[in-house]
Amino acid sequence: MRFYHRLASPRHFYRIAGQWIPWLAGIFFVLLVWGLYESLFVAPTDYQQGESYRIIFIHVPAAWMSMFIYFIMAVAGAINLVWRMKMAEVVLVASAPIGAAFTFLALVTGSLWGKPMWGTWWVWDARLTSELFLLFLYLGIIALYGAIEDKRTAGRAVSILALVGVVNLPIIHFSVEWWNTLHQGSTVSLMGGAKMDPRMLRPLLVMSFAFKFYYGWVLFLRARNEVLERERNTSWVRELVEGKAT
Amino acid sequence: MTPIRKKRLMLIGLMVGAVGIAVALALTAFNDNLMYFYSPAEITAGKAPADHPIRVGGLVVKGSVARKPDGLTVAFDLTDNKDTIKINYTGILPDLFREGQGIVALGKLNDQGVFVASEVLAKHDENYMPPEVADALKTAHNEGVAQQAAKSIVQ
Repeated sequence: MRFYHRLASPRHFYRIAGQWIPWLAGIFFVLLVWGLYESLFVAPTDYQQGESYRIIFIHVPAAWMSMFIYFIMAVAGAINLVWRMKMAEVVLVASAPIGAAFTFLALVTGSLWGKPMWGTWWVWDARLTSELFLLFLYLGIIALYGAIEDKRTAGRAVSILALVGVVNLPIIHFSVEWWNTLHQGSTVSLMGGAKMDPRMLRPLLVMSFAFKFYYGWVLFLRARNEVLERERNTSWVRELVEGKAT
Repeated sequence: MTPIRKKRLMLIGLMVGAVGIAVALALTAFNDNLMYFYSPAEITAGKAPADHPIRVGGLVVKGSVARKPDGLTVAFDLTDNKDTIKINYTGILPDLFREGQGIVALGKLNDQGVFVASEVLAKHDENYMPPEVADALKTAHNEGVAQQAAKSIVQ
């Protein structure tokens, strides 16, 4: 409980996040190199798609991250609305561009794969459309936050938007089950296991952990900047800046 | 938790719940429009509109693919294991198009009941495996079929 309270204070968050950043970055790079090596050299070729299937090692982890980050943002939004916690707002705002980037990556890699496999770059089926909608939600949150001058009001507004948009997450996940879609069903699920060779599954999971650590790393970098910006008139930030300048 | 926070939490729960219900109702209302394609059974049952282009999805029937001499026109049967419809298509087929594979075609039924497609997309399934595993599965399947056939002959 005490740790939680200290993290809620911008000053302590700034210090603790600073200690974590090198570790998160280090673990990310190790996992990334391992994951890329396994996905490009160890994983066997697919029986139907040949080598082109290897884009899955970026596409699926990126798509998972696009939903994971949005979920974190919605939880942060709820915490901010109920407890008026400054740090929840910072996490929400700092996460949005990272989530948007992962959503964009998932859409682009899917499109690159779709052209040779399906025969088209894009179709308006339920899965692709709902994922595109998720990108618009992210962009909407970034735009709304930027449009409101007072950052506390802006934070509350984006909290509500993030919470409203959370209904899109189950739609994305279940779109391939509820409706006929061109996009295939889930290859990997918590309940059903994986319809994939174990040598292909391992790099996929390693890459998805790498992306999680990337998120943690960049989130802390961005959140620290946001904290400095918001607290620029407080004595501890002034001391920090002056202490480093002199 | 203080009363004011409890109230806020309840408001948030109500908001998310209300939005969820509204979206669920809207999606149910538009259910048919959200379907990317019809199945052959739905088309033969007359559930698909006849006046504008529609999509049909199913499996290409094994041994049904016939190429015309011009090299671009191809005719094949599409099935959902209930009903089968004939499809004609002129154009380039995607790499994954093959017999037994799932595809989605865009086009219209003509007077003879043949679906004339202007676009054919391959649908990939969720299975990923190396060729030797696919071969092993195929051999095992064939052996299983052969064993059953042998059993039925014995009986």
